[in-house]
This record gives sequence, structure tokens and C-alpha cells, in this order.
Amino acid sequence: MNKNRLMRVLVGASVVGYEGGAWADELNLTYGATSIMHDVYGLHMFVLYICCAIGIVVFSAMGYSMYAHRKSVGAVASQFHENTRVEILWTIIPLLILIGMAIPATATLIRMYDTGGEDLAIEVRGYQWKWQYKYLDEDRKNALSFFSNLSTTQDEIHNRSAKGEFYLLEVDKPLVIPTKKKVRFLITGNDVIHSFSVPDFGIKRDAVPGILNDVWAIVDEPGIFRGQCSELCGKDHGFMPIVVRAVPQDEYDAWYGAQQTAYAEREQMAGQTFTASQLMTLGEQVYSKNCVACHQADGKGVPPVFPALAGSKIATGDQAPHIKQILEGVPGTAMQSFAAQLNAAEIAAVVHYERHSWGNSTDDVTQPIDVLNLVSAQ
Amino acid sequence: MLVVGMFGFGFALVPLYGVLCKITGLGGRTGDLYVYDPVTVKLDASRLVKVNLLTNTNDGMSWTFRAEQRVLRVHPGELNEAKFYVRNTTDRVMAAQAIPSLAPGSAAEYFHKTECFCFSRQVLGPGEELEMPMRFFVSSDLPRNLDSISLSYTLFDVTQLAADGQIATGA
Amino acid sequence: MSAVIETHHDDHAHGPAKGITRWLFTTNHKDIGTLYLWFSFTMFLIGGCMALVIRTELFQPGLQFVDPAFFNQMTTNHGLIMVFGAIMPAMVGLANWLVPLMIGAPDMALPRLNNLSFWILPFAFGLLISTLFMEGGGPNFGWTFYAPLSTTYAPSTVTFFIFGVHMMGASSIMGSINIIATILNMRAPGMTLMKMPLFVWTWLITAYLLLAVMPVLAGVVTMMLFDVHFHTSFFNAAGGGDPVMFQHIFWFFGHPEVYIMILPAFGVVSQIIPTFARKPLFGYDSMVYAVASIAFLSFIVWAHHMFTVGMPLAGQLFFMYATMLIAVPTGVKVFNWVATMWRGSMTFETPMLFSIAFVILFTIGGFSGLMLAMTPVDFQYQDTYFVVAHFHYVLVPGSLFGIIAAVYYWLPKWCGRMYDESLGKLHFWLSFIGVNVTFFPQHFSGLAGMPRRVPDYPLQFADFNMISSIGAFVFGFSQVFFLFILIKTIRSGKSATARVWDGAHGLEWTVPSPAPYHTFTHPPTVTDAEAHS
Repeated sequence: MNKNRLMRVLVGASVVGYEGGAWADELNLTYGATSIMHDVYGLHMFVLYICCAIGIVVFSAMGYSMYAHRKSVGAVASQFHENTRVEILWTIIPLLILIGMAIPATATLIRMYDTGGEDLAIEVRGYQWKWQYKYLDEDRKNALSFFSNLSTTQDEIHNRSAKGEFYLLEVDKPLVIPTKKKVRFLITGNDVIHSFSVPDFGIKRDAVPGILNDVWAIVDEPGIFRGQCSELCGKDHGFMPIVVRAVPQDEYDAWYGAQQTAYAEREQMAGQTFTASQLMTLGEQVYSKNCVACHQADGKGVPPVFPALAGSKIATGDQAPHIKQILEGVPGTAMQSFAAQLNAAEIAAVVHYERHSWGNSTDDVTQPIDVLNLVSAQ
Repeated sequence: MLVVGMFGFGFALVPLYGVLCKITGLGGRTGDLYVYDPVTVKLDASRLVKVNLLTNTNDGMSWTFRAEQRVLRVHPGELNEAKFYVRNTTDRVMAAQAIPSLAPGSAAEYFHKTECFCFSRQVLGPGEELEMPMRFFVSSDLPRNLDSISLSYTLFDVTQLAADGQIATGA
Repeated sequence: MSAVIETHHDDHAHGPAKGITRWLFTTNHKDIGTLYLWFSFTMFLIGGCMALVIRTELFQPGLQFVDPAFFNQMTTNHGLIMVFGAIMPAMVGLANWLVPLMIGAPDMALPRLNNLSFWILPFAFGLLISTLFMEGGGPNFGWTFYAPLSTTYAPSTVTFFIFGVHMMGASSIMGSINIIATILNMRAPGMTLMKMPLFVWTWLITAYLLLAVMPVLAGVVTMMLFDVHFHTSFFNAAGGGDPVMFQHIFWFFGHPEVYIMILPAFGVVSQIIPTFARKPLFGYDSMVYAVASIAFLSFIVWAHHMFTVGMPLAGQLFFMYATMLIAVPTGVKVFNWVATMWRGSMTFETPMLFSIAFVILFTIGGFSGLMLAMTPVDFQYQDTYFVVAHFHYVLVPGSLFGIIAAVYYWLPKWCGRMYDESLGKLHFWLSFIGVNVTFFPQHFSGLAGMPRRVPDYPLQFADFNMISSIGAFVFGFSQVFFLFILIKTIRSGKSATARVWDGAHGLEWTVPSPAPYHTFTHPPTVTDAEAHS
């Protein structure tokens, strides 16, 4: 079809203008990873060349005039002040140039709005200040959903440590999608307006609370693609990037399967609510298997190597640091991380047990969801 | 004169905008209650349309809200039902409003609801739960290349608005 | 040949009052023009300081000087102050000084309203700036204040922000009524509409734009006020409202607003280039039609600020085509300015330097605007520094250079003293270099993907940000230098003649320099020599 051929020619011409490498990253749009973005890049270069050409013509005329028509070189002013023919010409010619630009732009836009034939739908929800991705699955029970937070450290941001290569463009859990499939992103917002942007895919769409927007992309080759929130949304607007990992279909299926399993386990556990006495019973079992060797049955420990838990700040203060200590351990000491060894129910139980034994008596009741929330927040 | 007129115009834009959106389906606004007349509605059995159902609760709204089925495949012209489940997980009486939005926006004019919980506020007491049906059909003149429609409901806390007498209805 | 001046009939018994009461109660268009101009320069310097805070933070990656919440207040207030406190009042100041002089009128049609229009502004901006020191901080939602960031999630000072905007709007509306009434009713005999200087034409059209769209801005901030305080749901989806509607109403005001800021500059440049080319303006009639068509088209393009919001295809295409169309009359104007220069006999005094730089750099801003109009590519540019580069090119070497050119051009008429030409040229070159070093690299950062309104950025944007910040300081310094030049001129510049510039035409050049407190108390005769140039 004529318009497609035109686009191919334009893209071909502008590939001449494309230079690979980091230098181009600083100067120009990305060539992109989807066919649509290649078209967009071509259109951009096409319009840019036209503007440069017009600029050269007009500014050269001005430059020449400023040189040749100076009073100081004896120029005498003509007094002409109208010429209808010329005026008509320089109205019609720009109009024709504009029409020439509008045609490929229209073609590309129509292609972008062709939303049929999706292979996978993912809901993208903008929060202050992070993104949530939900994979829409046939069976509700398998819906995979997670948050994606900036993973650049505060130390890097506040110049206390060196900045990594992907400073402000890295997240804890990227969005994973298959290549060569039409992936539809259904975009909305949770609080204020955000904007989901992945330049390599040619997409940017606002995330408006209460409204659903959609864009799609078919990624040609595997890779990691990064973007940033593109609508002012509050203080951390600059700190909520988007990272998409595109992988071949089989790798995607494997990843998705693993997520589903983990998700199913999490769902099951998250839904469980124990009574205080159930927690104490389970907690005592866990404690006697995993903790008693160091912290002793009476909770007094063997200080200083094995601190006491009875009356300790960690077991009588806020719940979160207590849970965190068991999940992460204390580097440089004998206290290891138990995240891999104990599931959320077991950790919740032992935390509860420690906080209600040997004279410790906090008024919280630790449930598995408290543990899971801390895990996903990290 | 002109000044007063333009000020009024600014305000008139509000209902004008609503009318324009309804007519054109801009912003994915679905229509009001639609009456399904089996005599006049044509069934198109030759194709299936995928309907994605999304549920969300807005900032500050902690109810549980989900669709019992995330994806439906329907024939245009066929009346279908989707079930939604909602639960007030707080310890006080609250009013909620579900706001629908449909993507792509161009499909909105072909999507008709004959019954929807989004047409009215839901008031639930602490711990109360409810199963809410939504009945709809996709009209058979839906363009053939539109084979997937995504309908999202966002649940908002309108307890304060309801108390102020601002009636919130689905749009 | 020259206009007959009847100044000896002027009654000099009522000279200006003495002291502060002169300035508080004046109804004289020259005094009020002066008030507007000095006010706008002050606001320009304040807004400029905020810009320097922004550019200081952005000098290097990482957060060094301010926290993100305060940074958002800086970007927001920089925009509000520059748009509503610097550019617009400066243009009104020029109108006040020049329109009566150019049409042979003794003053504005409604002098007391004129005084009120000005004095509202210091109150409005005092209120706005004071919010920075209030609990919760000042407005932090961008000068475009989209809901619900500016309603549900706004600091409590948003109410003062809304009052401030109402006051500024009232001032503009009253000023516009005054300008229209003056131009339509008080032209000297013989000054037909098509004989008016182009500056007067641009202000006539700008005044109509203001009347049409300022009330819409007032409407949208009133809706915000109601949403914030009275639990309405104009922009709150929970109650059936729509955040996107905010954007439609705002930009319906917002787009004509940017033309309001540029049209008078078009007028200024159309006065200055003919003078220094010693040649009449090329294509006067089509210049008038071009301004009128730009103004008309400006009403139907607003959604090009919202291409990523999720409009349907038909809407996107319509706004793309309409926006591209504006390039046609704008191009006509640029070609006409070049044709005015062509085969002229040019000298390059400071006003001419600023005017030529205006034509070149505004055109570059126009090119980036044309690129932004192409919807599928706009998805890449939207909310990046490419947009920031575009609008700073059309506003700084556009509107601001127009204002500065006007000041250099007419200052001798206003205060009777010539500025120092070498200093003026130095100011020009510093400004020209500064503005380009600041804003040209931002095109690249934007294309490479740097979002706007961020206090920190990924490492690949570091080089151009550093360059841009250096340019900003050069530019900022050069405007303080401008202040020095102005004060030096007013206090000790050489005396100026009535004509000032040998190629100048227009009624304002037929009165002495400085212009007497009351001019044209009897209408002058309009001859062809002083008719539009």
C-alpha cells in the first residue's frame, strides 16, 4: 500500500541519519524496538530535515541581507512594500509542505490506533510514586500483580555513594513481556495523573484516576527498555521509572509460571489469619527448632554474642524492624537471614511468640500478611 | 457582555463536555441503562469478542473488590452477565461508587449495560459483603477489527460526598 | 509633511503630583505604563531567581541543594510569575505607554479603571509569593495545575493561589476592555484601522483574546475552588467528574494565552525592523490578516497540549491538522519581516539586534512547535525537555526579546535620554549567547528522553544539563546588567531628540522626548508619513 512504501522510504532515508551508540542517546530520539517506533523515528527525522531546510533558506536570506543591505556599505533602501504574487506563493508552498508532512503522520497515527488482535493484556496503574502491573489472565485466581519501585538507593541520590549506570532507571521488579506478541497496556491511575512512557516502544499515555487508557506494542527483539513517569504527580515524580524486560515467548512462559506458583503460595498465606494462641503454638515450635540454640529457652541468650530477647528493644518495640531482622539477619553476626528457610506463617508465628514470652508483652498480633508486606516492600 | 458570556461558557463546558462525551464515547464513558430488546438486537455468532474486566479501588479506599471472572468471550448481540464481589473491610458504614471506563474509547458506543451496580451508590456496613451482577451486551455492529474490549471499574469512597448530598450516579 | 503639533495649547497647570501619591493615584497612561514595566521587571528578576534555583539543582545529577517538594514549588512559581507577572504586565505596560501615543489619543479611554488594573497586581503577586512561606508550602503542581494534583492533593495554600489567579485575571480583563475602548473610539481623525501601526493592531486583537479566555480561566479555578472546599466533583471521578475535563477547559484558555503573550511582540518587531531598514513594513495588510488568523486558529488547537491523555483518533487528527495550519500565517509574518529587511538600508542598533534575533530564534521555536504538532511523534516529546526548549524559545528570545527591543527603542521617548549603545550591544550579545546556551541543549535532552519537572535525572542527561545551567547564569547576569543600563540611562543618558531614530515613523515620534505628561490633548492630523510604518 502506498503509504507503507512511503514510510519504508522515509525510514530508509533517515537510517542514514541514525548513528548508533551512546552519543546518539544524548542527542536524538531512540530508533526504538518496535516497528511503530521505527516509523515514529523516521517521521521525526523527516520533519526535522524539512525544518532545517526551511531554516537554512530563510536564515541565509536574512544573513545575506544583513551583509549586503547595510547602510554602512552604501545600500539605498528600496521602498517596495507589497507583492501579492509573492505573498500568495509563500502561503501556498508552506501549505503544501504541511500536507506532505501530515500524510505520513496520519498513517502512523492510524496504525497506532489499530487495537485489535491482542495477545496479552496488562493493567498498568500509576501510584504516588511507583507503578503496579497486573497481568490479566483468563482465570482470576492466577492474576499476577506486583509493584515496581525505584531501586536506586538514597545514598546514590544524595551523593553519598557513586551512581550506578542505570541511576534512576532501575526498579526492583521490572515488567516482563514476550517478544513478537501484541501486548496491550491498560493504563490508569490510583491517585493523581501519572504517565506511562516507554520511548523504545513509541508509547506514552497518561494514567488518569477513574479512566482506562490503552496502548499496545509488539516488541521485535529481546532487551531491557526504560522510561520515566511523564506527568507531574507530586514530589517523587522524577523517581518512579518504568523498566520492561522483553523476552522470547518460552522464557516468558517459564517466568510467568514461576510467578504464578509464588503468587499462589503468597495468596494462600496472605489470606490466613491465625488466632493469638495458634501463633503462640506454632511460634514455640519454630523457636525451639531454629532459635533456641542461641537465644536460649528462657530468651536470655548468651550475651554479648547471642543477645537476649527477653526485654530487648527489638522484641518490645515496633513490629516491622523485628520482622525485618529475622528476614534479613544481621550481617557480621551469627544472626542469619531466615527468609529462605521459614515461610511467612512461620516467621509471623515466631515473631509473635517472641513478643509475648518471657515478660515481653506487646499488643500487636503478627500475621503472615505483615511478613509478606515487608518482603514486597523491599 | 463578552466577559460574562465567556465565564458562563467556561461553566457551560461542563455539561457540554458530558454531552459530547456521551455522543462520541470519548473518554471511554459507557452509557446509562440500556434496554435489551431481543427482537431488535441482532446476534452475531460468527465471532467472539474478548472482554477484559478490571477492578480497582482508588487511593484511600480499602474495600475488597474483584470480578469473579477476569476475561469473558462473548458473541456480539448476546446478553451476558458478569459477577462482581465487594466487601467493606473497615469498621464503619461507608458508601462506594464504582466508576466505569472502557478502552478503546471507540468501543464505548457499542457496549451496552442493561443492569449495573455502577448506576448507583453501594452502602455497606462494617464487614458486609455483596455480590453484584452486571448485565451487558456488545452490539453486533461493532467494527470487526475491534476484537477486544477492556472495561475497568474503579471503586471510590463517596461516604463524604453522599453525606454532603452530592448524589453520585454512574455516567 | 510632518504632523502639526499643537503642544503649545497643552495646559501644563496639571503636572504630575509629587511623591508616592503620584504613583498610587495616577490615572495617566504614561505613569501607569511605567508602573507596569517596573513591576514586570521586578517580577522577572524574582521569577529568574527561581529559574536559577532550578538550574542550580539540575547542574549535576543527584539532589544537592533543594528537596523535590520545594523544587516543585520553584518550577510552579517560576512559570506562574513569568507568565502572569513578567510577560503579560510588560506587554500591558507597553500598550499603556504606546497605544494612546500611536493613535493620537490623550490617554486611555478609562483612566481610573487603568489605575485599578495595575494596582491589583502587586496584591495578587504578594499573595502568591507569600504562599511559599506558608505552612505546607506554595503551589507545587506546575503552572498548568492539573487536577486532581491541584485539588485533592494540593497544599492548603491552593486557595490563595486561586484568589491570586482571580485577581490577575480581573486585572487583565479590565485592561483589555480599556485597550479595546481606546483603540476603537479614540483614534485621531484620519487614523483608519488599516492605517494604525501594527503594534496597535496586535494589541487590539490580543485584547479580544484576553476578554474571551480569561473568564474561562476564572471559571476553571472557581471549579477547583468548589472541588477543594465545597465537595463538588468537577474534576473528581468519584463524584462523576473528570480530571481530563480540567485539561480541556484549562487549555482552552491556555492556548490563546500563549498567543496573547506573543502577538504584541510581533507588533513591536513590526515597528522596529522598518525603522532600522529604513523601509516600510512589507505586506501590512497581510500582516494584519495573519495576526487575525493566528488569533482565530488559536481557539481551535488547545488539545495539542493533551495528545497523550487518551483522545480518540478523530480528535487527535483534527487537532494535529489545525495546529499545523497555524504555521502558515506565522510563516507569512516571518517572510514579511525578512522582505522588509531585504534591500533596505540597515543599521544595527540594539533594538534592531534584538528584533532580528527575535525573528531567527522565534522561528526556531516555531520549528520545534511544528514538530510537536505531529501527534505520533509528540508522544515522544510530550512532557520532556523538548517541550521546555520549545516554549522557552518562543517566550524568551520571542516575547522577552520583543519587550527588551521595545524598551531600547522607546526608552528615549519615555525618559528623554539615550541609552549607551555599546552597553546595549553588550547586553544583547550576552543575552543572545546566554539564551542559546541555556535552551538549545534542552532540545537534545528532551529527545533523549529527559522528562520535565524533575529535580534529578539519569546520567546520560548530565552533560547538556550542565551546559544549560551555565547558560542560565550567563543569561541571568545579563539581565541584571540590563537593569544597570536602564538606571544609568535614566539618570545620566544623553538627551534624545523627538524623532530619536532617523527611520522612525509614527505619531509617537512627533512629540518631544521625553513625552510631555499630557500629549495630544488636541487630536493631531494624521498624514501618510506618520501612518502605519
